[in-house]
Amino acid sequence: MAVAFDEMNIPGGDLRPAYQELARWLKETPPEALEYRRQEAELLFRRIGITFAVYGDSESTERLIPFDVIPRIMSGKEWTLLEKGLKQRVKALNMFLRDIYHGRDILRAGIVPDDLIFQNPVFRPEMNGQQVPHDVYVHIAGIDIIRVDANDFIVLEDNARTPSGVSYMLENREIMMRLFPDLFARHRVAPVERYPDELLSALRSVAPNSTSGEPTVALLTPGVYNSAYYEHSFLADKLGIELVEGRDLIVKNNEVFMRTTEGVKRVDVIYRRVDDDFLDPLTFRPDSALGVPGLMSAYAAGNITLANAVGTGIADDKAIYSYMPDIVKFYLGEEPILKNVQTWRCREPKDLAYVLDNLGDLVVKEVHGSGGYGMLIGPAATKATIEAFREKLKREPEGFIAQPTLALSTCPTCTASGLAPRHVDLRPFVLTGSKSTTIVPGGLTRVALKEGSLVVNSSQGGGTKDTWILDE
Amino acid sequence: MLSRTAENLYWLARYVERAEYLARTIDATLRVTALPAAYIGKTNEWDSALLTAGVAESFYQTHEEANEHNVVDYLSFSADNPSSIRNCIEAARLNSRSVRTALTSEMWDTINSAWIELQEVWSKGTSTREDLAKFLRFVQETSLRFDGSAYRTMLRNDAYWFSRLGLHLERADNTARILDVKYHVLLPEEEHVGGPLDFYQWSSILRSVSALTAYHWVYRETLKPWLVADLLILNSTLPRSLASCYDNLTRNLDQIGVAYGRQGPAQRHARGIRNRLEHSNMNDIFQHGVHEFIQEFIADNSRLGEIITKQYLI
Repeated sequence: MAVAFDEMNIPGGDLRPAYQELARWLKETPPEALEYRRQEAELLFRRIGITFAVYGDSESTERLIPFDVIPRIMSGKEWTLLEKGLKQRVKALNMFLRDIYHGRDILRAGIVPDDLIFQNPVFRPEMNGQQVPHDVYVHIAGIDIIRVDANDFIVLEDNARTPSGVSYMLENREIMMRLFPDLFARHRVAPVERYPDELLSALRSVAPNSTSGEPTVALLTPGVYNSAYYEHSFLADKLGIELVEGRDLIVKNNEVFMRTTEGVKRVDVIYRRVDDDFLDPLTFRPDSALGVPGLMSAYAAGNITLANAVGTGIADDKAIYSYMPDIVKFYLGEEPILKNVQTWRCREPKDLAYVLDNLGDLVVKEVHGSGGYGMLIGPAATKATIEAFREKLKREPEGFIAQPTLALSTCPTCTASGLAPRHVDLRPFVLTGSKSTTIVPGGLTRVALKEGSLVVNSSQGGGTKDTWILDE
Repeated sequence: MLSRTAENLYWLARYVERAEYLARTIDATLRVTALPAAYIGKTNEWDSALLTAGVAESFYQTHEEANEHNVVDYLSFSADNPSSIRNCIEAARLNSRSVRTALTSEMWDTINSAWIELQEVWSKGTSTREDLAKFLRFVQETSLRFDGSAYRTMLRNDAYWFSRLGLHLERADNTARILDVKYHVLLPEEEHVGGPLDFYQWSSILRSVSALTAYHWVYRETLKPWLVADLLILNSTLPRSLASCYDNLTRNLDQIGVAYGRQGPAQRHARGIRNRLEHSNMNDIFQHGVHEFIQEFIADNSRLGEIITKQYLI
């Protein structure tokens, strides 16, 4: 594995320009002061109640995601490029979804194989020919970005279903501003606080035509036991919309209403943080207690907007991922600005042969997995693990893709033995309304706190950092 | 607002109020049982504490007799007692989490901090009297802080009114339950059997509703059972009296009615109870029977809870 690109230090001892002020500040600040602020930050997070639940962990059902107080910094120029690439990518995702559920030009053109769509459990036949308001499918996208050198941004994963983490982006900033006012004063950091406003206007802009007057927006949560519940309540609060559970909603004459103390009230747009499978027990899983019976028929009647739309999973599936560069070119006629990680599709015999020969060097992922589970990180795995995985892979090659182990870029991070480089990724949040696509500068930086670890997922020991885009 | 949100706010306030009341009851019982036996007679005060908390029946299913150790534990820390202070705080926090959008950050902070703080007490219990006293004080302070935060930071809209409804309904129930258990020491002198030793019983009753000082300011008299009953039932200047609770309940229900442009059975029922309190005097009540009066009140009060639930919360 190559030496990782460090976002602060240039080999040879120089600093990258974006980090110069931070480096000066770090020199002036005694390590105890940093440690003290770190503890203060933890206390604040706990008091605000920014916790997440870990499933199957009875010891402590509410945990904090570790927060690293050293910001991750990018220059405005870098951001401009990234932003352009993100908009391009999300535009293509939306066009792809519209096409898959309507004309299917891309299948006829032979760019994406049919069976990858129709055999895919996240493809929703219910959405065939279904008109979604304003043709927007992915209103909120979280695109996971990594860097391996100074020039390129690479998409690791598209999240087009119910991406989470934006509350951390906002709260991290609040807490950093509270704890390090002096450090902020020495930088010009682009603000992120507009996010809730932009989200609300994006959601309102996609209200169905049958809306009368101002559209009513609600956020649908699975409830307090969901791991992202804090984020749901946080966003509902910031947006000033009702936080509803399935049992608060009813469908009458193909319209959706919420039960209020003054009787029922029509809802026009649902920002849903409930997965497709659980949305409507009449259409999807009949055992779902989280959903709303009849929601899909109101959706089909065009009386409710769901954000994101149903069936978007087909666009962020890991099997589709490898086709994204072609998808961008097909719909937009442009070269993709953001690169893909080189990906071997194990369903293709030639690729499978290569992967089996090089398991020790590759990362192999389940096509339908998420959260960093069920994957093999070749260089870090024991012989026995690799052999066990080889059997699994041979049995069901179409269930896997493989990628080279990338040296994710590193950023300085507080560790038990002082500042040290740790691997990071970035999840910016892309909002698409009926008229425009917006991205607040930055996103959620996740950091693998264990030395050498490349897994940034919070469920597996990852932490977060505040992400600064400098306004130059 | 969402019916579920209103319901959560209503119950949240009830749980916090109940936790405070339990803490006061334990506090008052500890004081009275610390007196030499000759001063309090033969009644088992810990049994009374269970009765006023309304959990005597469930307690005796698993316990032989009531003593300080097992009653304090049952009322404070027991996970099996749905109305223990612990379960009230747990339920309050769960309710708070599900209605965070309707709470101000100060209210959330109060409940969440208390919950975090009390995790340790739950796991260790309180080993000394001093620890116990500290814990009981902390619970009362949490309630004061919660109530104060609500009063000072909430918008005056239906969210506030529903939370006040929960508070006053619970408070009325608590005061009525003390009266129900202790009515025999409040009977007019010629009828009652306890003798002057009941002084400590009366002060204990007042203490459990934090009205001992208030009594002296209102009546400028030594403790008299007749006046104690008057204070707790009819004196609307005492925040924990039944009359005061119903002043507040009718007012909050009227505010909701005006905001929604519609009155209903809850408004009518509350007004009925309030009128009865307003037009009663202690003479009539004693004639009619204090016990019967209180029992009727408890039933009426819980009926109001049901009506509110049906009208607004489901």
